[in-house]
Amino acid sequence: MRKQGPPRPGPPQGGNYGVIMGNSADEQAVAKELEKQISELQRASDSTASQEEIERLRQQVAALRQKVSGPPQDAWERVLLARHPQRPYTLDYIQMLFTDFMELHGDRRFADDAAMIAGFAQFEDRPVVVIGHQKGRDTKQKLHRNFGMVNPEGYRKALRVMQLGSKFGMPIISLIDTPGAYPGIGAEERGQAEAIAYNLKEMCKLQVPVIVIVHGEGGSGGALAIAIGDEVLMQENAVYSVISPESCSSILWRDWDHKQEAARVLKLTAEDLYRMQLVDEVVPEPRRGAHMNHAQAAELLRPIVRACLDRLTKLPLAELLQRRQAKFRRLASFVSET
Amino acid sequence: MTWFHKEKQPLETPKEKRVQTEGLWVKCDGCKQILWKKDLEANLQCCPKCGHHFKLGSHARLEMLFDDGRYTEHDARLASTDPLQFKDTKAYRDRLRHAEKVTGMKDALLTGEGLIEGKPAIICGMEFQFVGGSMGAVVGEKVTRAIDLCIKKKLPLVIVSCSGGARMMEGAISLMQMTKICSALARLDEARKPYISVLTDPTTGGVTASYAMLGDLNIAEPGALIGFAGPRVIEQTIRQKLPEGFQRAEFLLEHGMVDAIVPRKDVKSFIARAFRLMRAWDS
Repeated sequence: MRKQGPPRPGPPQGGNYGVIMGNSADEQAVAKELEKQISELQRASDSTASQEEIERLRQQVAALRQKVSGPPQDAWERVLLARHPQRPYTLDYIQMLFTDFMELHGDRRFADDAAMIAGFAQFEDRPVVVIGHQKGRDTKQKLHRNFGMVNPEGYRKALRVMQLGSKFGMPIISLIDTPGAYPGIGAEERGQAEAIAYNLKEMCKLQVPVIVIVHGEGGSGGALAIAIGDEVLMQENAVYSVISPESCSSILWRDWDHKQEAARVLKLTAEDLYRMQLVDEVVPEPRRGAHMNHAQAAELLRPIVRACLDRLTKLPLAELLQRRQAKFRRLASFVSET
Repeated sequence: MTWFHKEKQPLETPKEKRVQTEGLWVKCDGCKQILWKKDLEANLQCCPKCGHHFKLGSHARLEMLFDDGRYTEHDARLASTDPLQFKDTKAYRDRLRHAEKVTGMKDALLTGEGLIEGKPAIICGMEFQFVGGSMGAVVGEKVTRAIDLCIKKKLPLVIVSCSGGARMMEGAISLMQMTKICSALARLDEARKPYISVLTDPTTGGVTASYAMLGDLNIAEPGALIGFAGPRVIEQTIRQKLPEGFQRAEFLLEHGMVDAIVPRKDVKSFIARAFRLMRAWDS
């Protein structure tokens, strides 16, 4: 585990990535902006934003107003950090880690899903396929990206592009950040469950290395649908869970007030998942979280991705596939035989 | 003070005069008629009046599908280790113990090997009575072992799903079962042995989004609720009432998600016929 990993460079230098980071006055400005978005979303009657989404934004505002200080101790604080409105999103990482990015669109069956990014790029002069969930920053973007909640066509687009990678020998890098697959009428009509299930089966057969980076929210099946691979990395403040703490609380406690406790018992932090061997490596973040310094967060990720690629591309194909099958066969075997 | 004091003991009423009817009758969810429970059992838990399909337990299911109701069970002793030490209003351990007492099973899946119309097959049946038929590490492991067994013995596979989805109380471990099972199904593809997924009421969440939708054939019982997200979650998200029949088997057939809707009494013969056509038993 590289929890302490490379030495962390000094204080955050502030970024030039379109968002303001650092001092508390800026954070208050962001909080104000988010409050504006909440009221906009509430007013937009044709919006697909759920009550839960608005609730999420409210929590982000609360977190900003409180201002988290020091390293997070509680699982719930990690949830807030993973959802932090200034945290780098998939396109931010693509911009910082890759060159020559060429976005590809559409699943060739129904539509193009803006909540899912897919395309070709270069990682240090190596052609790769990049896919990932995309959230939006302002109200317009959030609606356009559907809050990072993917529809079936998004998963099918991702698989289509991954299979191109498999065909042309380009390793695949998948960036995970979603509250979950979109629960809507159209999504059900077009086979949300089938799209996820089919991806899981077909990703096992990809003939190139697959590296997964969970950098924000790993929201259940919606995340998993593009998150199975030869190496699964998870940033230290990312979370990965079978259900959101809010929904877990509402099902088991029948109210939303136990979300903190739910976050704790669900064991959804990077540390927890690493301990249970559900992820392969924990990637350190800048002090106080990736949102403090986007460039630094990307640079902490870079050498680990490079090492994974070096290691996996050396393996003969048969060994890569055999290793992948063996890894998945052993995965999460918490059973006893009495 | 003693104005109302009763000096005499109240009269004793004989208890045995009451007729015990509780638990002998059920109301049909389909036609609202009152049904004699024994009639329902004799009819494979389908309403004799309107054909509504009630839930069928895993044991009854396997007995119905295998010849003479006979089969050999596999991996019966596999049990959850409660890896998260999960506790909400009740400890997960206690929920497991309670479920075990009710069902006599260690977890929510029953694996059997037996004959279907004289030919060997493996069938997994999910048990809804066990924590809502949810999928945790044990269900994941048992399904994977069943698939491995099919590959080893060159047998076709049937999985009868009836589940609310992944088991919350095992957190991300439940989620990873989807990966484990789907990778095993990828191996079964290579072995070229057919797999029929039978979707029954209800099949939702992580179970639908993994093996339940990946059958070479997907067949559904009439009226079964099948979907990814539960109807309540969708309603909350879109803030609208859902249309009549949404996420029912007939809706899935219309949208191309299942191959056929098969009434319970015909499921066995359908499977046998399909396996013969897919040359499951040709060596």
